Amino acid sequence: MLAPLTLEVTVLVLGFLMLLAEAFSKSAEKTWIAKSAIYVLAVVFGWSFFTRGNAGVDLETAFYTTDATALFFKRIALITTIVVLVMSIEYRSVIARYIPQGRPGAGLVEFYSLPIFTCAGLMFMASAIDFLLIFVSLELVTISLYVLVAYMRRHISSLEAGVKYLILGALSTGFLVYGFTWLLGLTGETNLVRIGRVLPGLLAEGGRLHGSEVGLLFGLMLVLVGLGFKVAAAPFQLWVPDVYQGAPTPITALLSVGSKAAGFIVLIRFLEPFLSVAVLREKLLGVVGILAGASLLYGNLAAMPQDNLKRLLAYSSIAHAGYLLLAVSSVGSAAGGFGASGVAVAFYLAAYLLMTLLSFLVLIVVTNYSRGDDILHFNGLGKRSPFLAFAMLTAMLSLAGVPFTAGFIGKWLVFAAAMKEHRFVLVAIGVVTVAAGFYYYLRVVAAMYWQEPNDDTPIRVSGLTRASIAGLTALIFIFGIFPQPILDMLQARGPVPVRSVARL
Amino acid sequence: MLNLIVLIPVAAVIALVLGAPARKTSVIAAALQAAIALLTLLTYNRSGAQFQFITRVAISPEWKVQYLLAADGLSLVMLLLTGLVTLAAVWVTPPVEKRPNLFYACLMFISAGAAGAFASQDLFFFYAFHELALIPTFLLIGLWGTGERYGAAWKITIYLALGSFILLLGLIDFYFALPEPRRTFDMLELQTLARENVIPAAAQSRPYLLLLLGFGILVSLFPFHSWAPSAYASAPTPAAMLHAGVLKKFGLYGLIRIAVPLLPAGAQHWANLLLVLLVGNVIYVGFVTIAQKRLDLMLGYSSVMHMGYIFLGIAALNVVGVTGAALLMFAHGLSIAALFALAGELRQRAGSMEFVSFGGIAKAAPFLGVTFGMVAFAAVGLPGFANFAGETLVFFGAFQPAVDSALVGNYRIATGLTLWGLVISAVYMLRAYRAIFMGEPRAAGPIFTDPRLALRLPVLLLIAALMLAGFIPEAFLTFLRPSVEALVAK
Repeated sequence: MLAPLTLEVTVLVLGFLMLLAEAFSKSAEKTWIAKSAIYVLAVVFGWSFFTRGNAGVDLETAFYTTDATALFFKRIALITTIVVLVMSIEYRSVIARYIPQGRPGAGLVEFYSLPIFTCAGLMFMASAIDFLLIFVSLELVTISLYVLVAYMRRHISSLEAGVKYLILGALSTGFLVYGFTWLLGLTGETNLVRIGRVLPGLLAEGGRLHGSEVGLLFGLMLVLVGLGFKVAAAPFQLWVPDVYQGAPTPITALLSVGSKAAGFIVLIRFLEPFLSVAVLREKLLGVVGILAGASLLYGNLAAMPQDNLKRLLAYSSIAHAGYLLLAVSSVGSAAGGFGASGVAVAFYLAAYLLMTLLSFLVLIVVTNYSRGDDILHFNGLGKRSPFLAFAMLTAMLSLAGVPFTAGFIGKWLVFAAAMKEHRFVLVAIGVVTVAAGFYYYLRVVAAMYWQEPNDDTPIRVSGLTRASIAGLTALIFIFGIFPQPILDMLQARGPVPVRSVARL
Repeated sequence: MLNLIVLIPVAAVIALVLGAPARKTSVIAAALQAAIALLTLLTYNRSGAQFQFITRVAISPEWKVQYLLAADGLSLVMLLLTGLVTLAAVWVTPPVEKRPNLFYACLMFISAGAAGAFASQDLFFFYAFHELALIPTFLLIGLWGTGERYGAAWKITIYLALGSFILLLGLIDFYFALPEPRRTFDMLELQTLARENVIPAAAQSRPYLLLLLGFGILVSLFPFHSWAPSAYASAPTPAAMLHAGVLKKFGLYGLIRIAVPLLPAGAQHWANLLLVLLVGNVIYVGFVTIAQKRLDLMLGYSSVMHMGYIFLGIAALNVVGVTGAALLMFAHGLSIAALFALAGELRQRAGSMEFVSFGGIAKAAPFLGVTFGMVAFAAVGLPGFANFAGETLVFFGAFQPAVDSALVGNYRIATGLTLWGLVISAVYMLRAYRAIFMGEPRAAGPIFTDPRLALRLPVLLLIAALMLAGFIPEAFLTFLRPSVEALVAK
């Protein structure tokens, strides 16, 4: 059994070693560094199954928890980073084109190693139960991402994306920290478990905050604004399309999967103590519900006219934030964690990870051959490369929510949770948005299969990429038919917050 | 046995994708599937109504989801329909120039989806198999369709995706309406629950409405029918046969299997709504059908119209009506498939579907004339064909429905109105027949000769099945009646 922190420390050390290796590496092609990093991360992923749990840890004084949920989200971070590295290797020629080349291969290893630091940050976030650790790990993630988004510094839209992300990201962090300080001031605690402990007393008859929960609500709203930026929920989504489109594609994938997943685990952990208080509960869930409805409508409707696939996926990322928020807003009133809706969020994120990474991976390969990332560059892919077309078909069907894919199970869990809690308005919005989703995801399918190819050059896919694409495709189907492994992972051990998989 | 019926087409899809000879593989697979479906029907033990040929594989013990295949008489008749129509559809397919393997793979995929939906007795798989069949339909219409194919493909796909999603919500709502410890996806268990009336009457109306809407959209219930004619007109012939003949029956099957037995009070609550809509199906869509100037659109609308009768049988909530509906589903599936097959042949010869471009074909091509006439008579509901037997039962059932006495009057009015539908369908079918097959051949028109064997045999097969069920309906009713009794009778 490993001590919990080993995982993060290993990842951090790996990041430093990669930078060091760069200095001593003679070869111009630095892909071996990225490849070895992939193997190390895979080992860390395996380790995560042998990590000691929370036994003997007093969570009220801890910064860091190792429950099943935390481990689950760490694994999401690791898988994301592994696939992002695969993408980065595939993407290296584009990077090289857009950064000044002092010597061959300059700047590539930084591009490979910064995602490793992001990964470490995401892994810390998955475990953070204290405002301080949440903030510090969030900054670790965001600052590496600032650099990565603007990495192609001779590419005007990458720079534009970088500036937009920097300014709005910094602003959202400001909201977040301001909210944290309000909550600290009112409750006197930074540990979420402690807050959950003292809150009922403070709000009860005779408590210091009795009858005046306005301050608390103000702080909560500020934090929700900050987290809303991180998970790309409407109405805090303005940065998303431009940043996603301008950033190097592997980084877009990292943003849309990694930082969304981390945002949601923080959101769930953060909300949990406050939801146990009836006064705050209704208002908080109402606000989350509004965010969910707005994200669903905006993301899905705005995705429909997009012709650029990267931009389309950006809007779809907003849309999926909406489905996830719908699950969050459908927390059962029974005490004891997030229950079914927590499971829905976690499963949905796992499914979202598979299908989004798969579509970005195929996008990168196709872009390399078609010199563009518009939907029309996918024309006739079914003829040019049946393998890639089938992978993309799987990803799109899963995103749209067709049965026997992981995405369907995710949607099913989300809407089951929402129906159970009678969120009928949001469900009705969901009916419209799911149909809209079918339209824009199937547009890609239509381009691939209905249209004739623009040029007939066959597409060659390298072994590593081919294996990753095949693996992700297979996993989408496997978890679409046998979701049990993921559910078991969520339930393995640890009380907070997903206590047990509530029976549907 | 059931596993084979579902997995043979799946195996065919895989083989086709890997490059097996397209037509040969599909015809052999479809013939096998049909033969096994027939064999299963014949070996079914008719002494009780219980489910047989059970396969169970637990998928998720926590949610009690399982891969559960089982069949009673109703499922088996639908599986036989699937097998027959698949065989006919694959058989009549003319040579495919563009990517034949993908074409046949899509067809077999639809067949697998339909067979899976009829054989699965677990709500999850029941739903999942059906929705899976949407995607090949989308590809088939868009890639190999004719006319306004893109628009038609989008329309059917979005419409049916919407319908399926409402259906999913309905199933979820239905699931939560079950009392807590008895919640299950297992339709075998649900059938026992149905006898105990476990869902309080007040809690039945919302799930029933959602299910009615969801299934209704999938079956082109008026006014959600506009996807069907355009899609069938644009789809390649075998796709139209499979979709109109088999896949569309899924919604009706679902209503019979889930909504009627478990939510009878909900059904009565919304009975008036359903009656109005189904009269809309028969009368309104009937008049629209008369107004059509093209054979493919006319057939598409007529298939929408005939759904009205089946809905009427289901709405009756009694054994006679629902049995009639089930028999009519079988009959309509066969007749519409045969009609589309023949219409596809006409389109291929003439390059057009306008009535004015045809004339006097019966003289030059007597086989086409005779068979089209027979199937058209079957569709109109002439005695001797299965449609007549089904419709008769439906009307008898609907005249004496198992509902509150306050509602019976409305049922009688609806029955009276839908009876006029028989006249309407006679009008449009006979007019179409006269325009195409009678009179003098067009001077500049195409020259017709009798079609190739690959069209004759499958059409004769479908007609033979129609006539068998028409002259000896008891041969099928012995399978259907006990199953329906188990579902409907309390």
